[in-house]
Amino acid sequence: MTNTASAPDNDAIFQEPEITETLGKEHGFSPEEYKKVFDILGRTPTFTEFGIFSVMWSEHCSYKSSRLHLKKLPTEASWIIQGPGENAGVIDIGDGKAAVFKMESHNHPSFIEPYQGAATGVGGIMRDVFTMGARPIANINALRFGDPDHPKTRHLVSGVVAGISGYGNCMGVPTVGGETNFHSAYNGNILVNAMTVGIAEQDKIYYARGASPDQPIVYIGSKTGRDGIHGATMSSAEFSEDSEEKRPTVQVGDPFTEKLLLEACLELMQEDAIISIQDMGAAGLTSSSVEIAAKGNIGVDLDLDKVPQRETNMTPYEIMLSESQERMLMILQPGKEEMARAIIEKWDLDFAVIGRTTDDKRLRLKMYGREWCDIPVPPLVDESPVYDRPQEPYDFAPAINDEEYDLPAGQTLADALETLMSCPDLASRQWIWEQYDSLVMGETVYSPGITETQASEGADAAIVRIPDTEKALAITSDCSPRYCYAHPFEGGKQAVAESYRNISATGAMPLAVTNNLNFGNPERPKIMAQFVGCIEGIGAACRDLHYPVTGGNVSLYNETNGEAILPTPTIGGVGVIQDWTKAASIPFKAAGEEIFLIGETKGHLGQSLYLREIHDIESGEAPHVDLEAEKTNASFVRQLIEDGLVTACHDISDGGLLAAIAEMAFDNEIGADLSNHTDKNAAFWFGEDQARYVLTTTDAKALKDKATLEKISLTYLGKTINSDIKIGDDLSISIKKLAKKNKNWLPCYMETGK
Amino acid sequence: MNISIIVFPGTNREKDMGMAFSSLTGQQPNFVWHKDTDLPQSDLIVLPGGFSYGDYLRCGAMAAHSPIMKEVIHKAKSGTRVLGVCNGFQMLIETQLLPGALLRNKTLKFICKQVSLRTENTDTSFAHHLNDGDVIRVPVAHGDGNYFANEDILKSLEDHRQIAFRYCDTNGNVTGEANPNGSTQNIAGIYNKEKTILGMMPHPENATQIHQGPLEGKPLFESILNQAA
Repeated sequence: MTNTASAPDNDAIFQEPEITETLGKEHGFSPEEYKKVFDILGRTPTFTEFGIFSVMWSEHCSYKSSRLHLKKLPTEASWIIQGPGENAGVIDIGDGKAAVFKMESHNHPSFIEPYQGAATGVGGIMRDVFTMGARPIANINALRFGDPDHPKTRHLVSGVVAGISGYGNCMGVPTVGGETNFHSAYNGNILVNAMTVGIAEQDKIYYARGASPDQPIVYIGSKTGRDGIHGATMSSAEFSEDSEEKRPTVQVGDPFTEKLLLEACLELMQEDAIISIQDMGAAGLTSSSVEIAAKGNIGVDLDLDKVPQRETNMTPYEIMLSESQERMLMILQPGKEEMARAIIEKWDLDFAVIGRTTDDKRLRLKMYGREWCDIPVPPLVDESPVYDRPQEPYDFAPAINDEEYDLPAGQTLADALETLMSCPDLASRQWIWEQYDSLVMGETVYSPGITETQASEGADAAIVRIPDTEKALAITSDCSPRYCYAHPFEGGKQAVAESYRNISATGAMPLAVTNNLNFGNPERPKIMAQFVGCIEGIGAACRDLHYPVTGGNVSLYNETNGEAILPTPTIGGVGVIQDWTKAASIPFKAAGEEIFLIGETKGHLGQSLYLREIHDIESGEAPHVDLEAEKTNASFVRQLIEDGLVTACHDISDGGLLAAIAEMAFDNEIGADLSNHTDKNAAFWFGEDQARYVLTTTDAKALKDKATLEKISLTYLGKTINSDIKIGDDLSISIKKLAKKNKNWLPCYMETGK
Repeated sequence: MNISIIVFPGTNREKDMGMAFSSLTGQQPNFVWHKDTDLPQSDLIVLPGGFSYGDYLRCGAMAAHSPIMKEVIHKAKSGTRVLGVCNGFQMLIETQLLPGALLRNKTLKFICKQVSLRTENTDTSFAHHLNDGDVIRVPVAHGDGNYFANEDILKSLEDHRQIAFRYCDTNGNVTGEANPNGSTQNIAGIYNKEKTILGMMPHPENATQIHQGPLEGKPLFESILNQAA
């Protein structure tokens, strides 16, 4: 096995390829960008320099198509400690503690190699969080797969889930929830968005910024190999039939090493030794060293011979562009090197001083006795391209006449509910959740699963206790891509509103979000219109709900042969509940309790799952989101939970009111008598109007009085009863039977493909 | 009581285990690094769950050769009580302190869910706060928990009342459906002949705190701590 190298045994290494426009194109440069590299350097770049410019200016690293618009997002509030711009966002959760969190995509690699793609996605996002000094305490994920009938879907579901399970479980960080959806728009581009939440002491948070000249640069973690070279560039282009050939650009994960890296970093962070730290994620050593240089306004001299290497005869180009996993770069206080080395080596990890910071703001690389790169850092970062890409007027989905879509002849409400609850988007995800360790660390209170798998029972957001306190974090991930496609602005708003609602439905106060913006090719004006519309919708909702954005990730070019995914701006939300014992969960608790609906029901069927599953059409307007109603109703629900008036609570989303009630009925096999509402149509039961919750109480009077006082729209639905959902004398749905259908779809599909 | 929890690179439920004990005793157990060669004076040694050495070789196989294990094996053979849970159970098998083998789950997938366990022998210092036949509900979280034993070992386990727990339904019936991993005769945990060593796949430590749901793992820890009773 090789370690560091001083001389290659192959002279070919010294013959770097000639820089030509063709090579520029292969590196993803536009002709203008290609020319700009020459202008900045005032000469022809070396191949190594060329590679560095190409990854730093890739869409993935430079956000060149999105930067202008991301500025529109609100990022400030008194509880925000760190907004966008660092490895992860940081918020104040009281008691001197901070929650550190971020969501990130690993879409392209997961499609090519689902196990490793998803695994390294989870590994990467955990690294972002512990780089900042936080111990990860929860993972969630948002997955979108193609049509269940597509020949690749099963293979992708099984690989992605196994990858997330393999990495997260081994790290000992519980995976406490998430969302999984299926739609043919993802046939050629699945989405794997992973989010990690960690907890840190506020006075022990570490940043990439802060380095000064003449400090040692230290590399720790795994050795560098040739894996993942140009991963960032791959993720910045569309797919075509030959994408499978890109398999070698997918990184390979080693969760055991990452677990050691986590423990070693957190141990070292207890000492006063690290000045600045950055994990090596996309674009590896290039991006991490340039970030540290740019943020510290300094230069970096690296001696690449000293980089721990897994393979022989590596070139500087390969070392700088490798995306080998489980590596960190940090700047230490001079003189602390040996103390740090002892801690890192205790965990059997490589530790190498690979260079020093300088005062001349240049990135200089030496290897094999010569210099390979000498780039001024400020223009590499500041003059990276920014595009205001053209948009076209959006073709919003037209309204439909809801009255035409009552139940089809011959179908009862029971039939429709059964179809919905066993459709791919509403069927139980138990088959997935059972593969995730949701309980390790021993702090999981509720997770959005089911009793059999999860800590005690399901809630709209995962509830994870903050160790040694009464408080808990509420965590959720949300997006309704079909709404975003129908109306990007309303869809963007809805994703935030649903996140806000899911956290409020547990009784927690929503505090901040991270986002993962997944879209098609931004060079197409239609996609750009989707992107901008969604961002503006997210911005509007976050502003009105005081639910700011602490950062996130943009994934563009999710397109194969010109077919784009549905616009999917996933929102990862975090909130805090002061007393976890008060947190509300989904299941009905006992028969004889009163069921209420909070929020106004007009019966909006446009873009509903009901239309898609029962009438086989995907059309109509996206539901309108009234942010004022969202705020008022959420605040009312949180207050009721705080006052102990709520025994179960669930927000209404996909599938509408009746689907929400069915989900509340499953766990304890307690149903509902809704016979007051026999006169209602399908739009009432399955419409997807926003800002609504179903809850149960044992003190209906107190609840009604409060609603009247606060002018909240309240509808009495009925009483909980044993074993059935009953709507009048003619309609009774067995919970047991419905739950079985709901549970069976996914395992049956995974086994038989049907 | 002096409790030592051994920490290996890659184990990840040592803190859960610590919480289960400290919530009853008011004090943290000793956490002992696997590279140490001296074990503090211990009345109980705990091998926790996780993925020691990434479980890249057979689960628990590398940990079984960690420096501290020499001392652990020596103490175990001299009668010090040892509790091994999940990866810890795998280590006890690898060190041959317990018989049999742990294979990949029958489904070939990791499985995390609540299961019911029927208590098979409570005449031990690990389970005397329970009664024979009691059903407790605790979670499992493992990929390689499929306990296998051949006829001879099984007979010996039965003869010496070494079977500690069996997976069962909520009414205590040992059924195929209640078996999460395909283990021989639904075995979830076993003792050594002397009943000083207990190895089990399920995680009773994750069912000891109010926020974790039902406290059905707690009687085991109470039994362990009230050894004299």
